[in-house]
Amino acid sequence: MSFVLVQVIVGGLLLGAVYALFSSGLTLVWGMMNVVNFAHGDFVMLGMYVAYVVYTLFGGGPLLGVPLATLLLATFGIVVYFALIRDIMKGPMLAQILGTFGLALLLRYSVFWWFGANFLSLPANLVGGTLDIFGIRIEAARLLAGVVALLVTFGLHLLLTRTALGSKMLAVAEDQTAAQLMGIRPDSMQAVAWAIAAGATGLAGALIATFFYIVPTVGETLGIVAFVTVSLGGFGSVPGALVAGLLIGVIESLSGYLIGAIYKDIVVYTLFLGFLWFRPQGLMGKS
Amino acid sequence: MRRALWPLVALALFIAYPLLFTTPFQQRLGALVLLYAIAASAWNVVGGYAGQVSVGHVVFFGCGAYAAMGAYTHFALSPLVGIPAGIVFSVLIAAVIGRPTLRLSGHYFSMATIAVAELSRLIVTNTTYLGAAVGLSGPTVPRNIFDLSFISALPYYYLFLAILVITLGITWWMTNSRMGFYLRAIKDSERAARSLGAPASRTKLHAYMLSAGLTSVAGALYAMMFGFVDPESGLGILISVKMLIMAALGGAGLLFGPLVGAAILVPLEEISNNLLGGKGAGLTFVVYGAIILLIARFQPGGILALINRLWAKRKPAEAPVAAGAKNAP
Repeated sequence: MSFVLVQVIVGGLLLGAVYALFSSGLTLVWGMMNVVNFAHGDFVMLGMYVAYVVYTLFGGGPLLGVPLATLLLATFGIVVYFALIRDIMKGPMLAQILGTFGLALLLRYSVFWWFGANFLSLPANLVGGTLDIFGIRIEAARLLAGVVALLVTFGLHLLLTRTALGSKMLAVAEDQTAAQLMGIRPDSMQAVAWAIAAGATGLAGALIATFFYIVPTVGETLGIVAFVTVSLGGFGSVPGALVAGLLIGVIESLSGYLIGAIYKDIVVYTLFLGFLWFRPQGLMGKS
Repeated sequence: MRRALWPLVALALFIAYPLLFTTPFQQRLGALVLLYAIAASAWNVVGGYAGQVSVGHVVFFGCGAYAAMGAYTHFALSPLVGIPAGIVFSVLIAAVIGRPTLRLSGHYFSMATIAVAELSRLIVTNTTYLGAAVGLSGPTVPRNIFDLSFISALPYYYLFLAILVITLGITWWMTNSRMGFYLRAIKDSERAARSLGAPASRTKLHAYMLSAGLTSVAGALYAMMFGFVDPESGLGILISVKMLIMAALGGAGLLFGPLVGAAILVPLEEISNNLLGGKGAGLTFVVYGAIILLIARFQPGGILALINRLWAKRKPAEAPVAAGAKNAP
């Protein structure tokens, strides 16, 4: 019994690490330019489908699919920034929300139209089998996804706090005009932020594609998960997103195990609304 | 008086429409345009005038639809009896979502509305009392006229027209009341409005509650016309999308914007469904997504705002006179 519970918690932590990874992208963009990407979950969905296409059509393994999805989505992020975000950022709130929401619909239903509404899944043996660690059974695919996601999220934190690039991005987030006077181009820094944010979703999508259900509407749920994670962790905070992501992963898998799989999403949504009522500034935010 | 001329001409045309276009398809199309115009106009109160983008408005639509069908299924009453119940539920739900979120930045509100819509869809799908995945049905054979179950679309057409006129009347009254002035001030600059003493959060909340009640009436009408409601048709996110896109395309925050949007998009969707069949469903929403994206990028004011601007440009000589005349007592 207790072994099963530990197994469920470990599974939740591993999935939560992936949540943290793609939520870091959302929090980065939100914290830096005060733009919320309502298509963020659909970016993850795109990453899953890129991985699916690579695995099934080209027979490539995760070693090919994961980097490819990351690169493609990062490029896509730059395109979206220059084609859409740069202009709607200056517009009214209505335009901001409608713009990224329209993008979400466009992506979701293009994939729906092309691949159909059916659930797709990849062969379970793509990433070898199940490991047995001290009596706790973990699928290798989940372990790989969780560990990679954790490392990359940590790397992202280091990138933002310990490198010149990170400092430049922070400068743009603080004060665009001042940054410009220091010779930093806000435009390129914001494009870099979008590349990182979208790259993170591509990576996360390709990682979970090996064990998650793949369906065009998965982006809606994942988008809400990302939003919950960011609002719990506080905007612009990658460590906050990490803690919140892990927490949500554990809560989700515990409620799935204890109450029933169909109530998983219900618990996450209720949690989100509860937080909005009682602690809208997030777990670590100042009031 | 000249300002009332165009709306009156439009009203006359709408009254005459079923007399000119008499096939069942055309009359059903007309009724649907009016129905979506009601829903989109209701969305416009909070989304357009208050500038708070609700992406989960289908919750209120579903409240109305389920209340109407529930009144029949569980109490053998006329679906009409469900309307007040639906309004009460909707207004309460709006208060619960709006009170915490409308104090925060608009993103929170939008995301919370999505979460509530999905949450209610999941809950209703798992509740047998509300028909679970199958949904609830209305009367198959009307017992009397109060069941509002007609074979022809014509009675629905005039009923929807009357409700639309009432909805637009309420909206017009709101914009010219103190609340409307507050909303305009808040939309321009919330900080400035607050500093001048406009109760920003409360006014937005009231607009949201008003919008919720109106949307629930649209939902009830929808369920009566189609004779059933299920989680997909009553609580699916795509219904929210339709309200939002019709208002935004026509002109969010303009009285007749949603009607213009509905008059363009509903025929487009019906015709594309007829041409493409089931395969078109995905494609329709690809096009919807593209339209929303393009409006946001190039023309956030919608079609009516564009027309108004072109109109003002076309007659630059007359403009000062007209503006002066308007200001005269």
